[in-house]
This record gives sequence, structure tokens and C-alpha cells, in this order.
Amino acid sequence: MRFLVFASRNRKELLRDPLNLAFGIGFPLVLLLLLSAIQANIPVSLFKIEKLAPGIAVFGLSFISLFSGTLIAKDRTTSFLMRLFASPLSASDFILGYALPLLPMAIMQGAICFIVSFFLGLSLNVNVLVALIVLVPTAVLFIAIGLLAGSIFNDKQVGAICGALLTNVSAWLSGTWFDLSLVGGAFKTIAYLLPFAHAVDATRAAIAGDYALIFPHLWWVIGYAVVIMIIAIVIFNRKMNSDNV
Amino acid sequence: MSAIQTVNLTKRFKDKTAVNMLNLSVEQGELFALLGLNGAGKTTTIKMLTCLSRPTSGDAVLLGDSVVSKPLAVKEKTNVSPQETAVAPNLSVKENLELIAGIYGSDKRTAQMKANEMLSAFSLTEVAKDKAKILSGGMQRRLSIAMALISNPQILFLDEPTLGLDVLARRELWSAIEKLKGKITIILTTHYMEEAEALSDRIGIMSKGELKAVGTAAELISKTGTRTLEDAFVALVTELEVSV
Repeated sequence: MRFLVFASRNRKELLRDPLNLAFGIGFPLVLLLLLSAIQANIPVSLFKIEKLAPGIAVFGLSFISLFSGTLIAKDRTTSFLMRLFASPLSASDFILGYALPLLPMAIMQGAICFIVSFFLGLSLNVNVLVALIVLVPTAVLFIAIGLLAGSIFNDKQVGAICGALLTNVSAWLSGTWFDLSLVGGAFKTIAYLLPFAHAVDATRAAIAGDYALIFPHLWWVIGYAVVIMIIAIVIFNRKMNSDNV
Repeated sequence: MSAIQTVNLTKRFKDKTAVNMLNLSVEQGELFALLGLNGAGKTTTIKMLTCLSRPTSGDAVLLGDSVVSKPLAVKEKTNVSPQETAVAPNLSVKENLELIAGIYGSDKRTAQMKANEMLSAFSLTEVAKDKAKILSGGMQRRLSIAMALISNPQILFLDEPTLGLDVLARRELWSAIEKLKGKITIILTTHYMEEAEALSDRIGIMSKGELKAVGTAAELISKTGTRTLEDAFVALVTELEVSV
């Protein structure tokens, strides 16, 4: 159960960084409140709380990649990972130790988003619980992206790739900020070849109680999550066995 | 049984040989210092002995277990304080110690007990609740060594433990290391001649990946007909440079 000791350390490192809390919870909530205020003044169907909340919940999860990637990259650059690689921790201990603390954090993020949305008019019913479950594969996807980025890049590069590029790309291509049909064409096609719009649509379907619509979208997310997690594990294992941690 | 026995231990990186046919024997309880210029192969040797880097050829047997065939067994009885300070920045000093104890198999209660022992042994009790990132460089290095010791390793690797420390912090660390002498086997790499002379039982001098000479400080001085260890070191390293 060594991975639990390592997971506990990672949880503490993540939760004790105020920037993580500010970006992971604070920033998405600010956007939720801001867009809801716009919706109150100029009604836009896309910003109705039952459509907006799932989008913001998915957007908030994109910061999980930044957290996990930065933590791993920092461990590598400060030789902390070298110390741990010299210990009896196995490759699976490392992967579980990095990934496990992020999952409850991600669910907590989603829950906070939906609770705040309740005060903005979202009905709190069983559909919200289903939506939280639907968010799990999306959380795994972003955790995997973080593991992959942290295994390859240094912490500054992770900041640029996961903090700027990924959060923006996943937001633009998710259909949260604008209806993808408004742009249409290649943009919409690309958006639906990636997992982010599917993640938002699956969560919206859950919130709407339209359960039949969840899985066509969720398969995309699960597929991407599995593939990226496998790549991340392979790359991390290679790093572990290479001469350059 | 020797604590460490290397047999033709070699590490090559593409066209560069970092460590070449290293044959070294270190006895149990000995404090062995590895000296060498930058790029001499000291850190690569440590990395191979701690199973962080797989030898290209040859082997090293640590207390009966091979780094090639039984790396997990080797990892269970060794620990390392890396060249750069390696602590978890947002964890407190005590939490850092408990983390490493837990990773090496201690249950929560034992980890707490061991952490308290280390805090006391390394004069870290006053800062036990402070986050590691706010400690001075010297304190962090002391914590780093305490973290390496909390698993009760039979062999401890200290890779340039006093690099970048001021005189007082260095002396404090020397005192801590001296207390360990005879109790466990220690491999120490350093650039400081006085450190090697003050702390070690024997000294090995590496240059260009090869072990040039091994002996006590007095033996090395006598062998080279010099007056100080530094002169002996320069003579041995220069001799190799010329012969290469």
C-alpha cells in the first residue's frame, strides 16, 4: 500500500498550493457567475444554467492537467523524483499515487460547480449525481494529459501547454462559450473529433435527464482517456527506466 | 561479505564512456569517499549503485544482491541523498520524514516514531512543522540526509551533500555524518578535499570514468610523494590526463 502514502503526499502538495485552488475552483466559478449575469441581462440559450453548468464543470476539470503535470514536472526538475525512483516504489505505485488524489479533487470541483449553479437556478436532483459520474471519464482524461505532459516537459512548459494551450483549446472546442454550429464546417468537425465537446454534451444530457444521449458522447471521452492514459503510463515507465529522469 | 563489490561496472552514453570497468570493494561500516573532477563519473557510479541507471556492462553486488538482477532487493536496503536537495516543498519537515518512512514500508505509527527520532538526531525539532520550502539551504540539505536515513539503510549514498553550503552549515553536516560512521556503510561523493580527508576511511579518485587510485588519505599522499590530499589528487588526476 505504498502508493497510498505517496498519494497522500501528492494530495497535500496539490491542496496546499493556493494557485491550484484559485484556478481549479475560483476561476471557473467566476466565469459561471459572469456568464449567468450576462444571461440574466441578455438571454442567450447557451448560457442557460442547465447548459452552462456542465460546460463550466468540464472547463474546470481542464485545470486538473495543469495541476498534475506541474507536480510531476517539478518533482522531476528538483530531483525529488530521483529520490523516489531509488526507493522500492513500483511504476504502478507512481501512476496510482499521482492519479488517485486528483480524482476526488475533480469530483469535488464538479460538485462545487453544481452547488453554485443551484443558487443560479439549476435543479438539484438525481440528474446532478449522474452528471458527476459522467464527469469521471473526463477527469481521467485530463489527469492522463497531465501525467503525459509532466513526464515529458518541465514545469514552465507544462504551464504553457496545459495552463494556456489546453485550457483554451478545450474551452473553444467544447461548445461551452459558443454554439459550435454557429461556426460549423471544419471547425465543428474537428471539435467533434476531439473529446471536449463530447464531454460537455454527455454532461448536458445527464443534467437534462436524457440518459440515452450520454453514451454516444461518453464513448469518445472514454476512448481518448484510455488511449492517453496508456501513452502516459508508457512514457512515464520509459522515463523511470531511462538515464534522464 | 563486502557492502559493495563492483565487477567491471561500465556505463556508456552513445559514444561517451561515463564509467569504465570500475572494480571497487567497500567494506561494511566503511565511509568511502569518491573524488573527481566534474564529469569524472562519480554521479553516474552512484546512479548505477542505487539502481537509477542500468549498467551497460558489468555488475555491482550490494550486500549480496545484484543491481542488475535484483534491483528491488538493493533498493530496500539502500537510500540516497541526491546532489540537488530533494524534498517535498509544501510538506512540513516532519511530513517529509514520515513520507519516506512510509514509502519504505513503515506503518503510520512507526513512521511518526522514526520521524521524531530523526528530528531530534538532526536538530530539526524546532522546524518540524515548517514547510520544507521555507528552510535555509543548509537545513534543507540536513532534512534531505535525514530523509535518506529514516529507512534505516544499510548503505547510504551521499552525492555532494555539502555542495553550496556555507562553512557553518557544512560543519554541522560533517558532525551529523561523523555520528553515522561505523554504523552503516556510506558512499560520499564530494569536490572538497578537506571533507573527504575529515570524514572518510578510504578515498577513491576517479577521472574520465576510471578509478585511478584507492587508499586512505595518508596512503594517497605517500603514493604520490605530495604533502596534501589536494596535491595528491591533482597529481593523480593530471597523471591520468597526460597518459590519456
